[in-house]
Amino acid sequence: MSFIRKISNFVTGTGRMALLGGNRWYYVWLAVLVACIVQAGFAYAHQYQYGLISTNMRDSVSWGFYIGNFTFLVGVAAAAVLLVIPAYVYDWKPIKEVALFGELLAVAAIIMCLLFVMADMGRPDRFWHLIPGIGHMHLPSSIMAWDSVVLNIYLIINLSVASYLVYCGYYGIHYNRKIVVPLVILSIPMAVSIHTVTAFLYNGMAGRPYWNSAILAPRFIASAFCSGPALLLILFQILRKVSAFEIKDEAIHKVAELMAYAMAFNLFLFGAEVFKEYYSDTHHLVHYEYLFSGLHGKASPIAPYAWISLAFAVISFFLFLIPKTRRMPLTMNIGCVLIYFSVYIEKGIALIIPGFTPDQLGQVYAYVPSSTELRVAAGVFGVGFLLFTLMVKVSVAILFERGDQAAHA
Amino acid sequence: MSAEPTAPLPVPQPQTEGYSRREALVMGLFALAAAATTAGCSAADKLALDDFVAKHFRDLTPDELKDRLAQLEKKYSEQYGKSVKVSATPPIPGVLFGYALDLSRCIGCRRCVYGCVDENNQSRDPQTHWITVLEMDKEGGVNLQNADAFYDHETVPAPGKFYMPVACQHCENPPCVKVCPVEATWKEPDGIVVIDYDWCIGCRSCISACPYGARHFNWGTPSIPKEELNPVTEYLGNRPRQRGVVEKCSWCLQLTRNGLYPKCVEVCPVGARKFGNLLDPESEIRYIIENKRVFILKEELNTQPKFFYYYGL
Repeated sequence: MSFIRKISNFVTGTGRMALLGGNRWYYVWLAVLVACIVQAGFAYAHQYQYGLISTNMRDSVSWGFYIGNFTFLVGVAAAAVLLVIPAYVYDWKPIKEVALFGELLAVAAIIMCLLFVMADMGRPDRFWHLIPGIGHMHLPSSIMAWDSVVLNIYLIINLSVASYLVYCGYYGIHYNRKIVVPLVILSIPMAVSIHTVTAFLYNGMAGRPYWNSAILAPRFIASAFCSGPALLLILFQILRKVSAFEIKDEAIHKVAELMAYAMAFNLFLFGAEVFKEYYSDTHHLVHYEYLFSGLHGKASPIAPYAWISLAFAVISFFLFLIPKTRRMPLTMNIGCVLIYFSVYIEKGIALIIPGFTPDQLGQVYAYVPSSTELRVAAGVFGVGFLLFTLMVKVSVAILFERGDQAAHA
Repeated sequence: MSAEPTAPLPVPQPQTEGYSRREALVMGLFALAAAATTAGCSAADKLALDDFVAKHFRDLTPDELKDRLAQLEKKYSEQYGKSVKVSATPPIPGVLFGYALDLSRCIGCRRCVYGCVDENNQSRDPQTHWITVLEMDKEGGVNLQNADAFYDHETVPAPGKFYMPVACQHCENPPCVKVCPVEATWKEPDGIVVIDYDWCIGCRSCISACPYGARHFNWGTPSIPKEELNPVTEYLGNRPRQRGVVEKCSWCLQLTRNGLYPKCVEVCPVGARKFGNLLDPESEIRYIIENKRVFILKEELNTQPKFFYYYGL
């Protein structure tokens, strides 16, 4: 069979695997995601026609829900692969088997990141200005330019490794360790770098005291280590129930234990930040006041979310700290959901908005996302989850259900 | 102002290195799009395509710049139904502009704000203002956390209040320029920080980075009534802007590079605004810096503004 032939067989074969042979709930799930995407298409068309004025962002709060989601998903993408560290560094088998799913999650998350950035751009038609050679990439000085470099490299690495592994599985050949291992090893520092560079995007702005803190990048990494694995743990349990996917309890417990350390560190760093701001009580405290209560006697619309995020982080930390609740499926899953939403609020709302409120001239604009922003965001998540679902369906079929699929092709 | 009015100057000398490769690549990429549109290509399509493939200002050769300016003049003239001039006046050698504002004189009348809107073709709906006038309590001094940009009195100055207009500070170390991912904004040799509206991708990193709230985004489609458009425009200054790009004060380079004062200096009824060449020891701006109690905003950020506040009385 020629190589081209093999590739086209692979594409049609995996396409069939992705779309055929699911149960009723699988198709309901796909339909929900497609509906999300379609309604977002209309919302985005409106935004494209009238401009970003259809969001609630304005000069005072010039980044909002889109960039918050982007930041959160960079964390998910980074953490999904950071799980690979123990697998490869300590050669710890139970996690190694599921490393592929971390990579697939990273691919889906990065694609969502890029979509959120496109949605946020005033002139998406000019994205080519960022392409080296034909555009002007402002290196080394612009962190935004660096971010687009590392995110794209990270996407390419993970996409290559994941599709190569699935391709080998499809044809029942053993993958070449000389290709895979160096790429996987490379993806580890890249995972750290995407989230660090994204933190530096905010961190490097001296005019925004809320972000201009040296522990911002460590906080990004710590919180990503909480939310990314939480998503994977829930996914593994669902897959174990509905497919031939196998994962040992031992592996789940190990991941949960790592998450407990990450949560402790995350809370510690947050506490350090809060202490510094409140004890020193400088003008910069206003941003924390806006986050947790309000300014000039007016309640902040984001304060309830900030408290919910903090409460969820503390509760899930204790659920994961205590070995008994960490191992019991019910309490562990509650903990996963709580920490996921805690970090989602922290990155999506509590990181961006208080950084802009009050603005550089002390003015308070109480930003909350518009319906266009919420709808477009739902569509981006729709695209990400759809891609991830299809990729996981194919991978599970090839790696765990084997047998006759390969023969079909 | 001591900078001598000058005769029309030749177009700037742009970088030419690497230009042909870049153009070849751009044109290659969009050749298909162009080919696809030629069949039923209307003048509007052609203009849209010209805008789409427009090169970075500093990559334009002198001939290309001339063509681009002519293209834009035609476009704006048709759009606004009057003859619009678009120039690319280069900086005057030996000039570094500086600005000073006397807080003890400013009465908060906002004439500068609206003079600027008229001169620089800022959008009327939605409203864009390059200058923000802050009202603060005399008792509290300069404290931005107690500043009100939306004061609305029958008469100004209001008792117990003082006023602080803020616009682009034209920093010597501008954080907005540093963060731009595509080099769409830069500091010119005469110290003016400019934006190439045809190159800005609308990511708004510069708005986040600016400590002075000086940069403004075109959230909607900017609109200016035809009769109100100022037809004397500059490529890097007051030409009509598009939706989705960032704009800000350009120290009226269409005026100042021709030896005139910025509009805000002209219209200020109390003479609170001063402008001149920092490199000229005899200039008024130098006199103020050397003899008055001047301060700069957010000095600790090391942005080194060339905009000085002082108490003249």
